[in-house]
Amino acid sequence: MAVDFGKEVDHVARLARLTLEPEEKERMTGQLSDILDTARRIQELDTGGVEPTSHVLDLPVVLREDETRPSLPLNRVLQNAPRRQKNFFRVPSIISNVQAEK
Amino acid sequence: MKYEVAIGLEIHLELQTKSKLFCGCSTTFGREPNVNCCPICLGLPGTLPVFNRRAIELAVTAAIALNSAVSDQSRFDRKNYHYPDLPKAYQISQYEQPLARGGFLEIESEQSFKKIKLERVHLEEEAGKLIHSGSSILGSEYSLVDYNRAGIPLLEIVTAPDIRSGREARLFLEDLRLLLLYTGASDCKMEEGSLRCDANISLRPSGLSSLGTKTEVKNMNSFRAVETALNFEAKRQEAILKAGGSIAQETCHWDEAKKETIPLRGKEGSSDYRYFPEPDLLPLTLDRALIQNISEQLPELPLQRRTRLKQQYGLEAGEAGLFTENRALGDFFESAAEEYSNYRSLAKWVRGDLLYQIRESGKPVEEIQPKQLIELLTLLDQETINRPVAKELLSEMVKSGKGPKELVKEQGLERVSGREKLMPLVERVVAENPAVVEKYLQGKDKAISFLVGRVMALTGGRADPGEINKLLKEKISQ
Amino acid sequence: MELYQKTAANLSLMLQKKEVSSVEVVQSFLDRIELVEPHVKAFITHTPLIALETASAVDKKRLLGEDLHPLAGVPIAIKDNLCTAGLRTTCASRILENFIPPYDATVVEAIKRAGMPLLGKTNMDEFAMGSSTENSAFFSTANPWNLDKVPGGSSGGSAAAVSTGMAPLALGSDTGGSIRQPASFCGLIGLRPTYGRVSRYGLIAFASSLDQIGPLSLTAHDSALLMDVVAGYDPLDSTSLPEAVPDYAAGLEGEIKKLRVGVIKQNLADGFNPEVKAAVLKLVALLGANGAEIDEISLPLADYGLGAYYLIAPSEASSNLGRYDGVRYGYNAGGDNIEVMFSRTRGEGFGPEVKRRIIIGTYALSAGYYDAYYLQAMKVRTLIRRDYEAAFKKFDLLVGATTPTPAFNIGEKADDPLQMYLSDICNINDALAGVPSLSVPSGIDSCGLPLGMQMTAPPSREGLLLKIAGFLEQKRDPFPLRPRVKLSEGGEL
Ligand SMILES: [Mg+2]
Ligand SMILES: [Zn+2]
Repeated sequence: MAVDFGKEVDHVARLARLTLEPEEKERMTGQLSDILDTARRIQELDTGGVEPTSHVLDLPVVLREDETRPSLPLNRVLQNAPRRQKNFFRVPSIISNVQAEK
Repeated sequence: MKYEVAIGLEIHLELQTKSKLFCGCSTTFGREPNVNCCPICLGLPGTLPVFNRRAIELAVTAAIALNSAVSDQSRFDRKNYHYPDLPKAYQISQYEQPLARGGFLEIESEQSFKKIKLERVHLEEEAGKLIHSGSSILGSEYSLVDYNRAGIPLLEIVTAPDIRSGREARLFLEDLRLLLLYTGASDCKMEEGSLRCDANISLRPSGLSSLGTKTEVKNMNSFRAVETALNFEAKRQEAILKAGGSIAQETCHWDEAKKETIPLRGKEGSSDYRYFPEPDLLPLTLDRALIQNISEQLPELPLQRRTRLKQQYGLEAGEAGLFTENRALGDFFESAAEEYSNYRSLAKWVRGDLLYQIRESGKPVEEIQPKQLIELLTLLDQETINRPVAKELLSEMVKSGKGPKELVKEQGLERVSGREKLMPLVERVVAENPAVVEKYLQGKDKAISFLVGRVMALTGGRADPGEINKLLKEKISQ
Repeated sequence: MELYQKTAANLSLMLQKKEVSSVEVVQSFLDRIELVEPHVKAFITHTPLIALETASAVDKKRLLGEDLHPLAGVPIAIKDNLCTAGLRTTCASRILENFIPPYDATVVEAIKRAGMPLLGKTNMDEFAMGSSTENSAFFSTANPWNLDKVPGGSSGGSAAAVSTGMAPLALGSDTGGSIRQPASFCGLIGLRPTYGRVSRYGLIAFASSLDQIGPLSLTAHDSALLMDVVAGYDPLDSTSLPEAVPDYAAGLEGEIKKLRVGVIKQNLADGFNPEVKAAVLKLVALLGANGAEIDEISLPLADYGLGAYYLIAPSEASSNLGRYDGVRYGYNAGGDNIEVMFSRTRGEGFGPEVKRRIIIGTYALSAGYYDAYYLQAMKVRTLIRRDYEAAFKKFDLLVGATTPTPAFNIGEKADDPLQMYLSDICNINDALAGVPSLSVPSGIDSCGLPLGMQMTAPPSREGLLLKIAGFLEQKRDPFPLRPRVKLSEGGEL
């Protein structure tokens, strides 16, 4: 069962917040459906009753005590900020086009 | 057609830990922006989360207090979405295997008890805070991000759609807040955002069991706002349904100024959070002994306390309620009651004059010694002082912290009583006010209170008005 | 023999005997870098000053008779996905081109504590996604044995640096072969430790449940010495193994007990390069001749590893890479609303392979596909682990080729991602199972390219892998471990 991956790419790229140029999208669509064809082979396997492995370690979670440790100096916090205003990180309007369009 | 309202609440509470859920940054509220931040809570590349033990203990405590069944094994998942206040573009939360399932909170509504069922209780991390330029989100050109809050542990509580009105929602929240204050899990300050509430609300024809189309109401910033907003939204939906329309499943924003819910049309379509198990955190295994231990160490909860106060001390419902809501005041009462057995009188003094003086002086009740109040009431009982003096003394006592006996001695406030002390004063007042005496003799009973007042004034308020009254009548009738 | 030609173990001894100073050692490597780097391009960032400073500090301490770590003064190069405080860490991505971490990775702290001078941060495939180091946003690295070939990847820069004597030791990271495959292509020892053995704190995540940091070196002894520095429990990594770490260098000594060796059928498959297979079988025969019991084993699920891996790794990556949005750090493409800013920043900041994997991963996790793709892959991962558990009941060691072919040409697979993925076919299952795995040089082919054999052990038995590799180094027919770098304009370095 071949999947027309092209249809999905726009939706998925939107979810992932990735702008793809038209020719980039076209090239990728072909490659992606090849890759997924290979990946889909695992669906042949009967995994009824098999627990999924999300961690290879069979250990319980590590817990730390509720103790405070020094935070970063403010200049280090903001050091890499592409856009800042005073001691804040600055971002453009959070109302997106898509929200406005719909 | 009559409609029934079905409301389910989704409550987020910040747990009262010293440090954040996955890093050692402080959780202190109200600091300069971005000072409670480190590589981990900023989501810098390469960082990893390590769980705060206290957050788990507090969450389990809250879950047990809510009668929710704590799972031996729970798991953390990533909830993926892009938003500038979310440093890693995913929130570490619990999806498939929450910390606890089910449970209920019993609320007292119109003199009767009602159980509001819970769906689940789970742990997750808090996001940062956005400050929008301009007056509202819609018109803002840019926003500023402060990550001080990012990574504070959050408890999410989801109720079943058991709530039937805005008022019930408010009562539920008030009781929930009190319960969690008692457990110490959260300080539940809605004004600081440590307790937040969204609601799903739908209407259905009375008697039907399936739910109607719901809307989600957000941005309710006080208990009162929850009540008003949900009542408004219920009426809005009812009007639509009665006019033959249908409800659109959407998110509404409560506008506190306009007092109306505003549908946020065009909000992003169905979210796709792509939950999957958090690979950086192994599953959480809680052994039964730990759960048992927390369960045993649970403090007395509000509902139990209210009931017990009524039974043990014969308090009125209002008093028991006050001593439960104001836990410190209740503790003061109980501590005093250990050595003062006239509970009725004690309760009256504590809820009346003492509470008034505490509010006036701004002094916390914890700084007042129950022993001093007992001393005061004993002086009163022994008639060493009278009621007005006792009130005066209480005020002094609260302000200065000095004991009543000490104050009485200092100010010479012992009660003036006995014929030999009072009769000369009575005689003087009678002699000075012949006109008033005449009125009394003509049958104007009230005239005597004026005379009592004059004598009281001469004693500096330290006499018993009843005794003066008696002596006055005796003198005049002579 | 120049200092840069010596092994780390040799340098360590010379330093301890005070036959040479660390500054002299570092200078030798810096000179070598100046000569070779323009042709190989293994480094994204050079740190000669840091290296010399550390070296002179170590020399001073040695003069004062202070207790020093065996590797104190021995320099190292590290992959540019390990965070270094105050020093640019790019992951070979446009999106992190100017990122200065405010903290050190746990392994970086460890090498600083040991007193190892840092020579630089090495080139790699962007976000460790690739098998040729061609996916670097900045430049490709060449294979020192043949400058037209790829060095493998994603730790290609680290491999090329050690192979050419630009560094005696390097750290790489291995998600699905990224240490072992370049080690094989460059003729080195490359170890992927047991998952959890080396802290991931400060390793910029690709796929969290698979990523592991490990050494690349000329000899097994050198890798063991480096493992002694970086392995161990880290309270900052919740997936760190709490068990005690053996002394790897000391563990190389002594007899090898009777080994049961399983030759993985799938890792010597029909389509594999005959010279690759022959070299592996020669080493296997050597083990047999020295008392090992040899048998063939088929891992029935092996053929499904690739499918599971290319769903699990991209899924985790799609989530791990969500944070590069231009708000707190990294590239920002601007835009007048948040969604445009996010999408443009990520669209322009990430290279094609990274975007491909983000798209696959987002797809595999999205509503309606989760069960068929991601969840099924995780269940297949369980089956693969069971394969290994069963195999390790019968064998102490599993062996096969590290790669189906020797190093391929630059550009050869650049436009065919699936062919590129197949280059890691022998490495992926070990990673899915979380077991330790090592590539050891097995010979040089008729074109003069190095070949590798991969050995895999049960969890926490990386010490055994190092020991066997050390044994093979001594017993095998000798072949050159380092290339002469032949320049296209003629001459060699
Ligand atoms: Mg939530
Ligand atoms: Zn922090």
